Amino acid sequence: MRKCSLANSQLLFDKIAENMPLYIPVDLEKGRVAYKQYQSGMKMSDALKTDRSAKDFFFPQTENLMEFKTEGKSIEIIDTRSEAQDFVVFGVRACDVKSLEVLDKVFLAEPVDSYYKNRREHGVIVSMACTRPTETCFCSTFGIDASAPAGDIECYKTEDAFYFDAKTEKGKALLSKLDCVTEDCGDEQVKAQKEQIKKVLDKLPLKDLKADEFGADKTDKFFNSPEWKTLSESCLGCGTCTFVCPTCQCYDIKDFKTNKGVQRFRCWDSCMYSDFTKMSAGQPRLTQMERFRQRFMHKLVYFPTNNDGMFSCVGCGRCVAKCPISMNIVKVMKTLGGKNND
Amino acid sequence: MQKITRETLIEKAKSLLADGTVTRVLGWKKGDFSYDVTPAIFTSVEQMQNDFVYSEFSGANFSKYLIKETKKEDGKVLVFLKPCDTYSFNQLLTEHRFDREKVYAVGIPCEGMLDENKIKKAVGDGILSVCCDGDAVKVETLYDGVKQLNKGDVLSERCLNCKSKKHVAYDELLGEDGEVIDSNRFDEVEKLEKMTADERFAFWQNELSRCIRCNACRDVCPACTCEKCVFDNPNSGVENKSPANSFEEKMFHIIRAFHVAGRCTDCGECSRVCPQQIPLHLLNRKFIKDINAFYGDYQAGAEVGSRAPLVNYTKEDLEPSEAVNREDK
Repeated sequence: MRKCSLANSQLLFDKIAENMPLYIPVDLEKGRVAYKQYQSGMKMSDALKTDRSAKDFFFPQTENLMEFKTEGKSIEIIDTRSEAQDFVVFGVRACDVKSLEVLDKVFLAEPVDSYYKNRREHGVIVSMACTRPTETCFCSTFGIDASAPAGDIECYKTEDAFYFDAKTEKGKALLSKLDCVTEDCGDEQVKAQKEQIKKVLDKLPLKDLKADEFGADKTDKFFNSPEWKTLSESCLGCGTCTFVCPTCQCYDIKDFKTNKGVQRFRCWDSCMYSDFTKMSAGQPRLTQMERFRQRFMHKLVYFPTNNDGMFSCVGCGRCVAKCPISMNIVKVMKTLGGKNND
Repeated sequence: MQKITRETLIEKAKSLLADGTVTRVLGWKKGDFSYDVTPAIFTSVEQMQNDFVYSEFSGANFSKYLIKETKKEDGKVLVFLKPCDTYSFNQLLTEHRFDREKVYAVGIPCEGMLDENKIKKAVGDGILSVCCDGDAVKVETLYDGVKQLNKGDVLSERCLNCKSKKHVAYDELLGEDGEVIDSNRFDEVEKLEKMTADERFAFWQNELSRCIRCNACRDVCPACTCEKCVFDNPNSGVENKSPANSFEEKMFHIIRAFHVAGRCTDCGECSRVCPQQIPLHLLNRKFIKDINAFYGDYQAGAEVGSRAPLVNYTKEDLEPSEAVNREDK
């Protein structure tokens, strides 16, 4: 384990940024928090969560996939990718680290999404343990430990220092480059912080939320529940929950005719939208109730069915905080989840 | 004067359900925390006693839900309307968007709603409960015990600049009616007007660059009631699910502001629901302010059936060039 005193945090960030682009969470006006590319002197936010998750680095909301140029009967396919540089995302919380594992299941399975894979290979995740989780947090419901945030380098911030524990080869490679600003240390401080975090987690209002009733092969159990109607009755059909979610992964692809040829464009899509997966016959889910059900069944049943029981919710609580009508996965689980969630 | 509480509203609903005036109630349902209140349909007094809430977080404007509710063949729905909600109610009636005969509207007073983002910013993480006592807001926190805030510091922007405590529509009123208020709601617009064009462009570029195109502003807006929005319609030519560039970021919001101009009652739901905290209401207020300046004061929704200046031609209407060339833009 290596440590870097907080007094030297600028040196640390400068050193990382010397090697590759570094992104840190930064406080903005009105309490907003976002990842920004580090410029010397920039101050890292202590906020629990960035408004948007680290998903954006690997699966951005919009991207150009390729271009086509036609001449006579030949079509030239142009790869427009430019990202080839390693980069570091610093201060990713345990839930958001786990969300990348969820996304890996989707994008790294055959057929591999080479755009996502490219960014994952180049990205180094420095995580951050949560000393002050908030009332909307429920990562422990999905077996995530906020006191062991993982990532390429697992990081703890105490009152006076950062503590680093490299977990992967990528993490070791980065940490070795930081020898001049870090020093070897014992793990007493980290152990103490872990204990403190466990105590706080035990006080969270959603600590008893259980996912046991959900999971693989439970489609028949929940699909026709009458509660979907009441749960979804005031849903606006907006995309807030899906777009602040670190694990939502649906997208749309379109070809655009430009002056220079055809451009293939991809952007996030939302199962809440009326034109989601629209085909010639129309949108398969005609009502908002069906769209609403799809989102939660995907997180709690379909995804685990297809991925060895892994849920595709990480309990980050962004949807809980942001939904315009305050309907969310916690309320769905409490309503449908039987006696365990009474 | 009798204070209108949750219990008063439940009692009212109880008698209206019992005598068959209504079959169901559109109300606010409590959540896991103080602030996560959800619009819901209640069909029994028992349900209301368990879950109904009327608090400083009952901000949701129910008027738009009446479009869906009045399509049901199920008698009348009881709806509780705060003063600002009644303007949306009238505006929707003016546009023939719901069946007035299927609604029983009860006007209820409003002392202003709180903005949970402001509370979060003031007290930090771990809000366990929020409780209002006069001008004091007591917040029980996970880390710092009970913190006391001034209500004025955490009121929603729209309530700080409340335009009216008067109900302009109801079948029955609980409590005493208030007055239209001479608010300062155009102050922020004036600040923007005083900027240079470049500064103003930079301001909106910065604000709108955060837009994630979740469409929450549009979907909650009582003036946005098209059955198929052009932005959702693949055949429209302008459909897009994400802003691909800064032009598209602005286009959606500017077109939306134009489309609701003259019909927007300034209910403020757009800014309340924006997950990215974009002050969208300022776009609409600019239109309202301009309409007032060009055509005389006009408040959308103040009465049913009024002809908005933008759809009402008079020979005295100013020419487009006069609007463009005026000194005081």
